Amino acid sequence: MKFSFRRLGEVLRKELREYRRSPFIVVTMAVLPLVFLVEPLITIFRIGPAVPATTVDRAVGATFLVLLIAPALLPAVIAAYSVVGEREQGTLEPLLTTPLRREELLLGKALGVVVPAVAIAYLLFAIIQVCARLFAGNAAVVTALGQSSHILAEILFAPLLAGWSIWVGIGISTRASDVRVAQQLGTLSSIPPLAVVALVSFNVFTPSVTLAVVFALVLLVADIVLFRIVVALFDRERLITGASARRSPGGGQLPPADAPRQIRRIERTGGGGDG
Amino acid sequence: MAADTTTAARQERQPGKPSALEVDHLTKRFGSRTAFEDVSFSVAQGEVFGFLGPNGAGKTTTVRTLGTLIAPTSGSASVAGIPLDSDNGPEIRQRIAIMPENPGLYRRLTVTENLQLFAGLYAQRHAAARIGEALEAVNLTARARDLCGSLSKGLLQRVGLARALLNDPAVMFLDEPTSGLDPVAAHEVNDLINGLRQRGVTVFLTTHRLEEAERLCDRVAILSTTLRLVGRPDELREQLFSRSLVVETLTPLAAPDDVFNSTDGVESWRQQGASGYVLSVTDPRNIAPRLTRALVAAGADVVSISESRHSLEDVYLQLIAEDPKASLR
Repeated sequence: MKFSFRRLGEVLRKELREYRRSPFIVVTMAVLPLVFLVEPLITIFRIGPAVPATTVDRAVGATFLVLLIAPALLPAVIAAYSVVGEREQGTLEPLLTTPLRREELLLGKALGVVVPAVAIAYLLFAIIQVCARLFAGNAAVVTALGQSSHILAEILFAPLLAGWSIWVGIGISTRASDVRVAQQLGTLSSIPPLAVVALVSFNVFTPSVTLAVVFALVLLVADIVLFRIVVALFDRERLITGASARRSPGGGQLPPADAPRQIRRIERTGGGGDG
Repeated sequence: MAADTTTAARQERQPGKPSALEVDHLTKRFGSRTAFEDVSFSVAQGEVFGFLGPNGAGKTTTVRTLGTLIAPTSGSASVAGIPLDSDNGPEIRQRIAIMPENPGLYRRLTVTENLQLFAGLYAQRHAAARIGEALEAVNLTARARDLCGSLSKGLLQRVGLARALLNDPAVMFLDEPTSGLDPVAAHEVNDLINGLRQRGVTVFLTTHRLEEAERLCDRVAILSTTLRLVGRPDELREQLFSRSLVVETLTPLAAPDDVFNSTDGVESWRQQGASGYVLSVTDPRNIAPRLTRALVAAGADVVSISESRHSLEDVYLQLIAEDPKASLR
């Protein structure tokens, strides 16, 4: 049975429906992004009209990096819940009894997290752009924020960073036995992107187009590799019983022919005959 | 000869019907712990097959193995005519339905939304119509828009059954479907299982409710890590228990030996209480009139003579009593 986009779509639809009806997820997705708006807005509004363009560029660059933390941080907790949460609420086993392939399930779940995370990241970027145009005291701010390289980087990096965070989170979720542990570990997934932001902020790296392209490529490869690792980690037997599969179905050795049989045959009487 | 008995048990299904399930020396171990071992049986299409056993006997693990959720350690099987193999997992799962003990429904989604998800996963073309039929079959149409989180356990079981009907399965595995249900809800689930039988669906039913198995199942198997017994409930009774008559007289008989030993067909007897007697007999129906005449001739005041009926529960308890490990699981 081949990979089915319909089954993937069903999982995605289910995920989005569940989010809509889950107050915890809605609040997390709505409130946390506001935190990411505060620092960039303060930075932008504090730039006076006399500040030189080079300083504005540096400040806007730092602001932009803060905005990129959002797609890395937002999905971590939800992704870490995705598999172990289903397991804890008893819904994983029925899902696994269907023809659903693990790739379809995992991609459906990942998309269910990546779609809102990226949408929020783009929304934050749009809000910053609009606020800058309306209220910034220095025209260079608008120019710096509107640079095509920044827009392109936002479009590129938001899904790539979210992907990183999601695959690490789901990977943890497939192996964790407890939701709380999975969510705590899931937050660790945002450490590498945070580290990169910190290194740029402390001028260890100087942001450049080349660096951005290299970083994007590294992230893309990492996302693909992580997806494959997570698929390999997804062990139906382990998820259902807590024990890993040792042999594949039908691949075992038959017991010796003279092994004792403890079954009792019920003798048939009359002419029914064995069928 | 041992191999012969296993083969015979495998073939003991409803005659003339092809197999829905063929299980051949299947074993599952988790490390050093054996879940079930050397299990062989066969289930015919359209048969309701009961799978009984104490807690930890391996019933659920057997269902999960046949449902391709976990891999057997050794042995082979075919499910709905498809060999049990890791490559065939999605094909097998497309043709079967498993209702776990816990229906595992999304409580934040409505009944219809839960069913929509699964209809989509089974790639149902006319999903809305299928969902409507399934809801009607379990008499839940009126609750279709309710959140599953607002339903009672009995209703959740019915939604679980509706979900299991969505793909029109060739084999339906029901794992303790009446567990935790009140008698009315359990009765409704039993009616649904009878409905499945009428539709020709093969049902593999694991249950602790022995009277339920006796009432619903064409055949039952008793598992206690190894398969202890397979057969029709009445056959199991006859196999395990000698047929007997229970005699009760108003006052104790003066010479019971003389009365019982002189009656043809009475193999042995024992006293039960002050004026009760249990007789092992070859043919209760034919011997009862003769025995009555002998008792009256001996001057006994006969209160009752009845055939002793062993239930499936007696069979089960007898078998489990023979397994010293059963109580330790």
